Amino acid sequence: MRQAAVAEAAGISASYLNLIEHNRRRIAGKLLSDLARILGVDPSLLTEGADSDLLDQMRSAATFTGDMVEIARTEELAARYPGWSQLIAMQARRLSVLEERVRALQDRMTHDPQLADALHDVISAVTSIRSSASILVGQEELDADWQSRFHQNIHADSVRLAASSEALITYLEVPSMEQDVGTSPSEQVERQLGKTAYHLAPLEDPSADLARFVTASGLKGAALQLYERVAKQYQADVAAIPLADFEPLCIASQYDPFTIADHFDVSLDTVLRRLASLPSDGQHPPMGLMICDNSGTALFAKPVPGFTLPRSGGACPLWPIFGAFSRPAQPIRQEVLVPDAAASRFLCHAIALPVGTSRFDATPVLHSTALIMPDPPQAAADPIEVGVSCRICPRSACQSRREPAIEGVTNQSVL
Amino acid sequence: MGKRVLLIEDEPNIIEAISFILSRDGWTVHTHEDGVTAMEKVASMPPDMIILDVMLPGRSGFDILRDLRSQEISKDIPIMMLTARGQDKDRELALRLGATHFMTKPFSNGEVRDHVRNMIGA
Repeated sequence: MRQAAVAEAAGISASYLNLIEHNRRRIAGKLLSDLARILGVDPSLLTEGADSDLLDQMRSAATFTGDMVEIARTEELAARYPGWSQLIAMQARRLSVLEERVRALQDRMTHDPQLADALHDVISAVTSIRSSASILVGQEELDADWQSRFHQNIHADSVRLAASSEALITYLEVPSMEQDVGTSPSEQVERQLGKTAYHLAPLEDPSADLARFVTASGLKGAALQLYERVAKQYQADVAAIPLADFEPLCIASQYDPFTIADHFDVSLDTVLRRLASLPSDGQHPPMGLMICDNSGTALFAKPVPGFTLPRSGGACPLWPIFGAFSRPAQPIRQEVLVPDAAASRFLCHAIALPVGTSRFDATPVLHSTALIMPDPPQAAADPIEVGVSCRICPRSACQSRREPAIEGVTNQSVL
Repeated sequence: MGKRVLLIEDEPNIIEAISFILSRDGWTVHTHEDGVTAMEKVASMPPDMIILDVMLPGRSGFDILRDLRSQEISKDIPIMMLTARGQDKDRELALRLGATHFMTKPFSNGEVRDHVRNMIGA
């Protein structure tokens, strides 16, 4: 059933229905029962709704399968079968993690010098044992001295082979999966940050014990190291922009990053990170943050409803976070329009800055930081149209298109 | 005195086994264990054939092979490469750099003996 027909039958505008669909307006009472009746579903399905993150993850999952998925009916699926939908999203996430793991292991097998040395050691010992043993059992007669020497060689090599094999097994031992089943270190860190909506209240105190705070997260291994890096950056940002002065200025300046950067005399990326770390106590609008390097790989992502970029590769190149790489150190302020059923608008501030010390004739490593603010109060006259990735983007005439969209994406259906 | 085979290899027990096999087959075997000074060894006493390991201390067998093929004194000497890495790309690299034959460890004694016979004549 088309959106306009549903809206008309329920006696509401199509745009209001859009807001309901995207969980931006809660419904109850008569409107809820009317919509449920019109759509032929249980009212509870409409109140639960499917959050936009889940829908994004389901659409991303659809890109694995080619054109066989009815992607235009994603929302319907999520509404009717929320459990199965969660399963699809979870399996897609797990698949991505496993692919990352396979890639890492492949790199390790191919390039790891320690592994190459260990294998070389094993094969050398085997070669020596095989040659020596073959001489001993050969047809020709050996005098006692030679026999003794080859016996000793075989013994020495067998001892060496045992040690090398043991070392190799230890090296190849698969680490415990208990800590990170189904998630990459980055995802574990994001999950930890998500527990407090990316606001790390203890670190707002300049005298906070960083090590204790990081350890208390319970994270292990690579995730712990990543979390420590994030926390260190957070603490440095707090030192540059203390919360007590920051919050009132945010409200007074209507969250204008440039005003805030001028006031505190800090770089724009510091302000963008700080804005994304504001407390989620209802005083401040939601803001997402993404940081990526100039390979396009996401280093940090704080989601906001309706905004999801693939973690590595395949993202729409039109987002300002990528545009910033073409103008290093020059801030970008741009409104973007995402082609979902609600045609969501986002105000983006982005800046790409070099990391570390610049070296002569070396390609600089840049980190692009982008703050994403949903539904800016004043719509820009000419927002740029962006997508998530080509496979699920309906803009068929886009000049940046890398590959065709999955069938069914071009016409957005509703519910 | 048989033809001279220079074995450039750093594993003592492999050196001993190959030396034994080839000596029994009538070849005069000289050995050298260090990659860095391998070229000097060849220049001081050009052999009839070289058996060259890829992974040597100080210098890769591939680098030595490239140098051997660029020197007048060694450009035509038959060279058999030995390696624990049997990947196709290593084989292709060895042959492209001018190796006469490429043998993967672990090998049989008979293989080594037969290839040496084929490469410099029985």
